[in-house]
Amino acid sequence: MESASLTWVLISSALVLFMTPGLAFFYGGMDRRRNVLNMLMMNFYCVLAVPVLWMVLGYSLAQVPFEADFIGGFDSFILQDITKAGDGGTLATIAFLGMFAAITPALISGAVAGRMKFSAWAIFVPVWLFLVYVPVFKWVYGGWLGQRGSLDFAGGTAIHVNAGIAALAAVLVLGRRRVDPAPPHSMPLVMIGTAILWFGWFGFNAGSALAANGTAAQAFMNTFLAGAAAGLAWVLVEWARDGRPTNLGAASGIVAGLVAITPAAGYVSGIAPIVIGLVAGAVCCYAVRLKNKFGYDDALDVVGVHFVGGLVGSLLIGFFANPSFFEGTYSAGLFYGGSVDLLIEQVLANGVAIVWSFVLTFVIMLILKATIGVRADDQAELTGLDLALHAETAYHD
Amino acid sequence: MKLVTAIIKPFKLDDVKDALKAANITGVTVSEVRGFGRQGGHVETYRGAEYKVDLIPKVRLDVLVDDAIADDVVDTIVKSAATGKIGDGKVWVTEASRVVRIRTGEEGRDAI
Repeated sequence: MESASLTWVLISSALVLFMTPGLAFFYGGMDRRRNVLNMLMMNFYCVLAVPVLWMVLGYSLAQVPFEADFIGGFDSFILQDITKAGDGGTLATIAFLGMFAAITPALISGAVAGRMKFSAWAIFVPVWLFLVYVPVFKWVYGGWLGQRGSLDFAGGTAIHVNAGIAALAAVLVLGRRRVDPAPPHSMPLVMIGTAILWFGWFGFNAGSALAANGTAAQAFMNTFLAGAAAGLAWVLVEWARDGRPTNLGAASGIVAGLVAITPAAGYVSGIAPIVIGLVAGAVCCYAVRLKNKFGYDDALDVVGVHFVGGLVGSLLIGFFANPSFFEGTYSAGLFYGGSVDLLIEQVLANGVAIVWSFVLTFVIMLILKATIGVRADDQAELTGLDLALHAETAYHD
Repeated sequence: MKLVTAIIKPFKLDDVKDALKAANITGVTVSEVRGFGRQGGHVETYRGAEYKVDLIPKVRLDVLVDDAIADDVVDTIVKSAATGKIGDGKVWVTEASRVVRIRTGEEGRDAI
């Protein structure tokens, strides 16, 4: 890797790391004040446990060899095959991908917020990482789904759809909270978290070019535009529908747009990121209401924002992929004279990820439920998880 | 001794405080409280879901005064806290059977 690219990938890695605390604040502000520290801890736990697991075996199984169809091997177990720093490209890439591995299970924490036992979460994260994240990541990047021609620039399928549908499976096993949902305890915290997420997302998407080049710049621009357009769309929809523009609407729309542009970031150009953002913002603004209709308790709308937003972006690649910006098995979307084949591959890749992630997550949660239990007890849930599970209180006088 | 207690709208605190100072009242205790009355609550909307907030923030004032001026203090608070709209709050007076200044041990009128 030449030095300009190495610099960009290293900076991007740090940007992506920053997203997990950003997500923690985004979720923590939306949670009750008595549970905010539990929410932060669930997220920070992911940047404690996952980097270690990623170095020891995760990277090896997820990427080595890159051509493996279904799962990698043990060649890079404890990175034993990296004997020299060399030009730094390999190490930088492993670190960069490790940040993605850390934030993906963290996304699920927003759905199970307010009632999951921390010990169950502590086991869920590593098990889910190896049984769900690693295989899906392998299939999409270098494996059979990627080889067929499906596109996922920075993790729309592998990360957002994957974690979003896992969140649904997790809450179906976990059950509803015992008390009615409360409004966000700290909207300023939500807005700070959103700002950090957007900032970090430039590393997430533009860094995924794994080079300092034109694709990185296009992905950067797309990340900028899609977040803005989606925030705008969400606010306008709720303004018309509910009568007021809200901060939470703006924050949710920005995140929905960033999720949606993630799979498409390096493949689309021009007006496309704005259209993708507008669609994602408007669709997700309605999708977060599905839980009321179907009765699942997705506390902070991981399904409505990450699953739906990721799916929207991933499918829109089938329409907006611009062949003058990249080369692939299928590189032209329907709006650029391409065939429907790309869209079919997008449907297939997401369908496979959805089925695998949902079923495996459901089974993991059932096994945890039958063994150590997944719910915090009544007393802990009602008096606050912060004090009951962590012996800490967020706000003292 | 009397204890004058008032529940008022938070944004009227400065007006009431200034009026009490102008009336030579030498001390008041202020607390942020929540409650409900005839005003009812309000509705907040997050991601399209409505949440009823039925405990409204209010400010509580506690003023210890000599019997002779208790009525004047009540009038001062009523006049300075009023907006004429629902939710202005209430003032009431209770008997304080003993008042002691902790630093000096002074009692009764001297302790105020």
